[in-house]
Amino acid sequence: MTRWLTRRLLLAVPVVLGVITISFVLMRLSPGDPARAALGDKANQAAVDSLRHQWGLDQSLWSQYVSYLGGAVRGDLGRSLYFRSPISALLEQRLPVTLALMLLGALFAVAIAVPLATAAASRRGGVADHVTRALNAVLQGAPTFLVGGLLLLFLGVKVAIFPAGGYPASLGGRAVALVLPALTIALSIVPLLVRGLRAAMAESLTSEYVAFARSKGLGERVVRRRYVLRNAGVSGVSILGIQVGALASGALVVEQVFAIPGMGSMLMSGILNRDYLVVQGCTLVFGLLVVVVYLLTDLAYARLDPRARLA
Amino acid sequence: MSESTALTPTVRTRLTLPSGVARSNTALVVGLLILGIIVALAIAAPALSRWDPIEPDPLHALLPPSGTHLFGTDNLGRDIFSRVLHGARSDLTLASVAVLAPFAIGLAVGITCGYAGGWFDVIVMRVADIVTAFPFFILVISLVFVLGGGVWTIFIAITAVSWVAYARIVRAETMVVRNTEFVSACQVGGITTPRILLRHIAPNVLTQAVVYAMSDIVMNVGVIVTLSYFGLGIVPPTPDWGAMMADGQQFLAAGYYGLTLFPAAAVVLTSLALSLVGEGLAHVLRIER
Repeated sequence: MTRWLTRRLLLAVPVVLGVITISFVLMRLSPGDPARAALGDKANQAAVDSLRHQWGLDQSLWSQYVSYLGGAVRGDLGRSLYFRSPISALLEQRLPVTLALMLLGALFAVAIAVPLATAAASRRGGVADHVTRALNAVLQGAPTFLVGGLLLLFLGVKVAIFPAGGYPASLGGRAVALVLPALTIALSIVPLLVRGLRAAMAESLTSEYVAFARSKGLGERVVRRRYVLRNAGVSGVSILGIQVGALASGALVVEQVFAIPGMGSMLMSGILNRDYLVVQGCTLVFGLLVVVVYLLTDLAYARLDPRARLA
Repeated sequence: MSESTALTPTVRTRLTLPSGVARSNTALVVGLLILGIIVALAIAAPALSRWDPIEPDPLHALLPPSGTHLFGTDNLGRDIFSRVLHGARSDLTLASVAVLAPFAIGLAVGITCGYAGGWFDVIVMRVADIVTAFPFFILVISLVFVLGGGVWTIFIAITAVSWVAYARIVRAETMVVRNTEFVSACQVGGITTPRILLRHIAPNVLTQAVVYAMSDIVMNVGVIVTLSYFGLGIVPPTPDWGAMMADGQQFLAAGYYGLTLFPAAAVVLTSLALSLVGEGLAHVLRIER
């Protein structure tokens, strides 16, 4: 296990480096001068030059890259022009919010997908199967901001069970404020999760170990819970892990719709205010987040299914 | 529409075989039917609506649906029906064109990687790992921002990110086909490598990529509409479903649902049709294999 883990960690190193490099290159793709764009057409040349110097744009590309790499390793991502504070400090406040949102979204997704997939898999081609597929098709086509907006309109404004956006200071208030946004994110990944789980369950149901469990006289409910669900759960973990990117993209949209001060709304404000370093920093952290979650998924998978460690 | 140009080569040769399957495949038939109607409406948009989708008419703002204005009018007095139809033109064209380039690039890269292997394969696949490390929408939105916004930028941003999926799919298929006897026969027969790749391997590795392309268009529609919703996509006043929803939502509280709901319904219906076609296609092609 230790050897497997070391190997897996070493494999992640070039990806992390690549993620840092792409976030660096991203900002250099700008067709114009980012400093000029950030300050606007009316800014005087001295101010633009000073910002260029502050961002290191007056240095050679190579030395820019080296200092960016050094900064990224130290956790120094520069300062935000708009928020007037270090980006790392902003991320410290906002990353936990986004993580909580994504985690809650994943939990909701599992809570919705497991019963749906179970019902659909138990009788293929049955009513539940068709209903699930129809629901899947509709959900898959509905953009996240639309689902979020509708939930906000009906459960936040019309019926007003939940707050209509915002993020209060109290812990309880925050938990309630995250319900609708998390549900929105959950609904965006439910289709893929249901599809994957249903396939895994259907496969498990026709397997020899299930036939054996039945033949030794175990009740159908026990078979379902102990053999089918557990085995499908293993593949469910990896499906959910792969969806971390979708969860993050969902968070970006949902934070905007529900006015949640997370990393997604930070990225959006960076875009709207031409705050280049904020966009760069957020993109980098989102990328790193995915790499970390992939690693954790592999770990969880290896713990749940010993065969994975041998591969 | 343009997505069909990518599909025709495989679909035409393969759909003819299991004709019974195609007939019993409700998802495919229904999906194609809805999609066909949407595409027809989009193409015929200028003829179908006598109202200009862009010209404001403040005297007739916020009218409810009626015989003259089928879906009513928006806050600037523009006919919503006409704007939804014209929105289909811009959104669907962009979404399908933005599938073709990644498809072509992914196909070329994937076949080369899968067939040749070696250092090229290693490097390309590591780049693919890195690109997929970023959440799709976040990388696209950052790229659109950096490159400056607009239709071209969206096209470039989507292409830069989504070729990876095609390359992976095609590479995996190519690695299987590479070891088959007919490819060995080609090699022994002295057929040049480019010809083997194009004429003998490409047709056999397309299926999965074509099926994926359908769900990719759905994703593109979502991305394009979301970008416009946030004011980063198709530049107004060009009609677009995302911008229509963004403009319309401030009138929801006052009870003017049409401004938002009609473009929303258009998005959902289009994606639904595309998903059904994708599902049906996957079904047909898998059975045929």
